[in-house]
Amino acid sequence: MTRADDIEVTGAGLEFEDRDLLRSVEDSGVGFRVASTLLGLVLLTVWVIFGRQILLGLGVTGLNQPVTWGFYIVNFVFFIGISHAGTLISAILRLSQAEWRRPITRMAEVITVVVLAIGAFHPMLDLGRPERALNIFTAGRLQSPLLWDVSSISAYFMASTVYLYIPMIPDIALLRDRGARPRWLYAFMAWGWQGTTRQQVVIERAVSILMILVIPIAVSVHTVISYIFAMTLQPGWHSTIFGPYFVVGAIFSGIAALMMVMIVLRRIFHLERYLKQVHFDYLSRLLLIMSLLWFYFTFSEYLTAFFGNEPAEMRVFFYKVTGPYAPFFWSMVAANFLVPVVILSFRRTRTIPGIFIASACIVVGMWLERLNIVVPSLANPRLPLPTGYYIPSLVEWVMFAGGIATFILGFVIFARFFPLISVWEIQEGRRLSIAETTERLEGYLPDSLPSSAAQTAAEES
Amino acid sequence: MSRWGMVIDLDRCTGCGACMAACHQENNLTAVGPEESSRDRAFHWLRLLPEVSGSGADVKVRYIPQPCVHCDDPPCVRVCPVHATYLGEEGIVAQIYSRCIGCRYCVAACPYNAKVFNWYEPEWPGDLKRGANPDVSLRGKGVVEKCTFCHHRVVKAREETRAAGREMQDGDVTPACAESCPPRAIVFGDLDDPTSRVSEMTRSPRTFRLHADLGTKPKVYYLAERD
Repeated sequence: MTRADDIEVTGAGLEFEDRDLLRSVEDSGVGFRVASTLLGLVLLTVWVIFGRQILLGLGVTGLNQPVTWGFYIVNFVFFIGISHAGTLISAILRLSQAEWRRPITRMAEVITVVVLAIGAFHPMLDLGRPERALNIFTAGRLQSPLLWDVSSISAYFMASTVYLYIPMIPDIALLRDRGARPRWLYAFMAWGWQGTTRQQVVIERAVSILMILVIPIAVSVHTVISYIFAMTLQPGWHSTIFGPYFVVGAIFSGIAALMMVMIVLRRIFHLERYLKQVHFDYLSRLLLIMSLLWFYFTFSEYLTAFFGNEPAEMRVFFYKVTGPYAPFFWSMVAANFLVPVVILSFRRTRTIPGIFIASACIVVGMWLERLNIVVPSLANPRLPLPTGYYIPSLVEWVMFAGGIATFILGFVIFARFFPLISVWEIQEGRRLSIAETTERLEGYLPDSLPSSAAQTAAEES
Repeated sequence: MSRWGMVIDLDRCTGCGACMAACHQENNLTAVGPEESSRDRAFHWLRLLPEVSGSGADVKVRYIPQPCVHCDDPPCVRVCPVHATYLGEEGIVAQIYSRCIGCRYCVAACPYNAKVFNWYEPEWPGDLKRGANPDVSLRGKGVVEKCTFCHHRVVKAREETRAAGREMQDGDVTPACAESCPPRAIVFGDLDDPTSRVSEMTRSPRTFRLHADLGTKPKVYYLAERD
């Protein structure tokens, strides 16, 4: 933990060592305008198509009876799952005083906020009567897992937004002092930061509280999302493993998404000096561990179902393993386990392009996992009804593209106004981390002998 | 207080489908059309569940008329976020159409697939709407609905008997499906009244309920066919 008088951002002068981190803000040009315009047009189309869905009804999707939930719910779970990137890296690494987290935390926190906003909007896409969404507040039933969901996602969104904003304050103040435009934005958001001792104490305390608070909230979010499925009686859903399974899957997809974002932004904004091989090495090790953990949970889930041989469960089991969903199921296993474990286990393949491929596979694989959870249980009703099928319509694909476009646009806009890497934390690291870490490591070494015994040992040697 | 239930004698049921047609007519259910039907969006409050057993020359198909079984511990009510579906005092699991937000959690949670969703605005081609039952509200797109045990008939019967100055008796209320059934396989009545026909029939050794093992406590009983 850094001491109070250590937060000091040098760099009001034009050129300073970390000027590169401000390039996305200060040197933004045609690239930003083109990207934001194109993405804006894509999103305009998406909203028009969403408007058409509101006018005509959910019949425009491929949903039916019994497969009453499809892409919208899959993507809801998928996007919220990725939000665990921020929590793990930012909160857990900060908590464990891992110094290598410094260039990563800002991007991770941005992913969380953007992806939570996208994910939290998806249930609105899925409502038959979106204009009545406020009934959740006026007539809400707290006994319903959906309400638990609303509560925990709201809490997480608020906590992550604050957790993104507070550590950004010194950087915003830096930009304000450098005259970044629009001035009112930075002056307002910097909240009067002058780097005084008292302000530094406050910010340290705030970040310390938040980093601890955000972890249980994040764990609760994905657990509660899993409860939406696990609390029903449907075969394939009514499983006690869902809570931890979803959390593990979320952390897994979160780290993968974070790595993809890091690699892309590193290339676009030339952040090679800050995001080094070692950062990717450490994160890949975490990703490898998560892949093995994901496989362990998946294996447990399916072995339990198979061994029990309960008829309704087995229908869902075979639908996934050998039936119509076999391509999706086995692609998921390959993408989440086989490919990443091979790529990430060996140094020769653990290069940045290799890591990008592994992470992309995992992101796709985790999306497939959500699909494999939502549709097969619905397609196989308990009663002797015909097996359902689900073919997503163009509308659903467009909404999916909209979610991804929003994600990219979120980063484009963020990078235009704020630095993607936390400048003050990098500088703090440069100034203090070696001394602090050395001090900490010395604390790990065995204590020296008391002086009389030391004398005896010296005389004897 | 009554606790409404239904008994369906599968020995009498011929699978004619009159109950389905009557239910549609009584409750203002529109036809979704062949195209939507082929997209698995057929819309019935009461369906004929085909059960195929045996094979080859011994194959047997029987049809089980299956409405909402009005569970006494309904999974759909447990999960509704806005209290749009609820278990009424008399045991009827009801739906508040104007509150439903169309999240379809109840549709996903029902082990009997008894709930249906309006994917589009229901269509009333030509003059059909003039034949709609004025006792039953029309639903718009985006809300969930299901069999109500013809709750409007229960209300009407109660008002009529009160006006006549007497208590409700067994046989005062008949839902559309029971009324239309030619072999009179469907019987409706008060399960809490030990003298009612439904109570008598539920004491038969042929009784079974769909998925009683799930603990949903359904109130639609079936009498298995005699050998």
